[in-house]
Amino acid sequence: MAYPANYRYTKEHEWIQVDGKIGTVGITDYAQNSLGDIVFVDLPKVGDTIEAGKSFGSVESVKAVSDLFAPVSGTVTAVNDELKDAPEKINSDANTTWMLKVELSDAKQVDGLLTAADYEKFTSEETGH
Amino acid sequence: MAETMTPLRKTALNAVHRAAKSKMVDFGGWDMPVDCCGLVAEHMAVRTAVGVFDVSHMGDIQLRGPGSLAAVQQLCMNDASKLAVGQAHYSAMLYPNGTFVDDVVVHKLSDNDYLIVINAGTREKDVEWVRKTIGHMPGVHVNDFSDYYTQLAIQGPRAAETLQKLTSTDLSTIKNYWFTWGQVCGLHNVMIARTGYTGEDGFEIYIPSDEATSAQVWADVLAVGAEFGILACGLGARNTLRLEAAMALYGHEISDTINVLEAGLGRYAKLDKGEFVGREALLKIQAEGGPKRKLVGLEMIERGIGRDGYPVFALDGRRIGEITSGSPSPFLKKNIALAYVPVEFGALDTEVAVEIRGQMVKAKVVPTPFYKRAKKST
Repeated sequence: MAYPANYRYTKEHEWIQVDGKIGTVGITDYAQNSLGDIVFVDLPKVGDTIEAGKSFGSVESVKAVSDLFAPVSGTVTAVNDELKDAPEKINSDANTTWMLKVELSDAKQVDGLLTAADYEKFTSEETGH
Repeated sequence: MAETMTPLRKTALNAVHRAAKSKMVDFGGWDMPVDCCGLVAEHMAVRTAVGVFDVSHMGDIQLRGPGSLAAVQQLCMNDASKLAVGQAHYSAMLYPNGTFVDDVVVHKLSDNDYLIVINAGTREKDVEWVRKTIGHMPGVHVNDFSDYYTQLAIQGPRAAETLQKLTSTDLSTIKNYWFTWGQVCGLHNVMIARTGYTGEDGFEIYIPSDEATSAQVWADVLAVGAEFGILACGLGARNTLRLEAAMALYGHEISDTINVLEAGLGRYAKLDKGEFVGREALLKIQAEGGPKRKLVGLEMIERGIGRDGYPVFALDGRRIGEITSGSPSPFLKKNIALAYVPVEFGALDTEVAVEIRGQMVKAKVVPTPFYKRAKKST
């Protein structure tokens, strides 16, 4: 699956799509594929703040639990409640299944994130052993 | 990350798993498939149809000679004198203090010949222990045949139909925990055992461990099972299947710090059969009123998944134990776990709390196994 060119990515496998001051956050196709069947997503509440590089929640597959890391700092403005009952949506389409919307506290942080091309290179290095 | 640079060991099917793009993990020093076609799909295939596992990493120790029964009896806690030729049983090798060297399946190949199937992660330790413990006994030769076999587990309600297409042996004549030798995929003298680690009906076959033969049999099993929806399965599904069936995993429910009575496996320890390593310790524990902690099944009643190593608390906040294995149950669609707790917390429906990433989440004690297959005439 291709990584959308208008998203930015973290080395912890989150994506963010920025539109003005609002960033939409999810996990990548690489991440969902590594995790396997996702059964549980633990997310913050609207109004909570998240901090770039810090854990903001967790995602669990049958076999493992993984931290979610914030690509940017900001305040949560929306949470995808659909994931409470249907976390497997992330497996079926990681690129469009969002988790959070965040009001960015520092838009410049986005520039430090990986581009789609960088991320693709990063993941191919991670798998290619 | 591995701390040492020891290369991972590979089964004869390693290239086949890699070519199939199975996800591989380091399991006890072995490069094994954890996920072949999706853990949940694999799990459900075994519960409702059939799945095939490469379990060649398991080890095989043969005890042979006129003294072999005496050696097995000294080494393993179950009573091997009760086995008929062609019969197998669950057993364990114990340390003198009643804790586990390993859990094993003992097969009686003939009157003077036993095959002990052991776990992968404990192979070297087990072989060393066997030699040390019974090597001096008269009339018994110890052979480590671990690398001689590719072991495939064909498991599920349609396992018999699948394997029957590849053998002239009438599989309906093999009862649960019995075995025979037959022709499989044109190979002669293949050991076919009605055993497994999934809680389903199924077979384990032992074929020569050369790569070409192993790959051919693997492909044949997948081909003849296709009409039943067979899936190649990895260690991920193997773990969730055995957890639903509440079967012990070495390093989790059983170890060198957990004794047989705590693990709830006392029914396999035949204390009246005569001397064996660990017997005295078990008798002493019994005489002193039994174990202080026990293995229980837990079901999460609040939202959250208890996993291996998560601490368990009484509702008053006292830490009372730890989860040994925990996972979502793909078949039961509940979050289940096995945990050690003090015996006074072992009654069914007792509520406890599991600390999940800093939060207390309620669970209750439930009967095990979590899943039991419907009995049908075999």
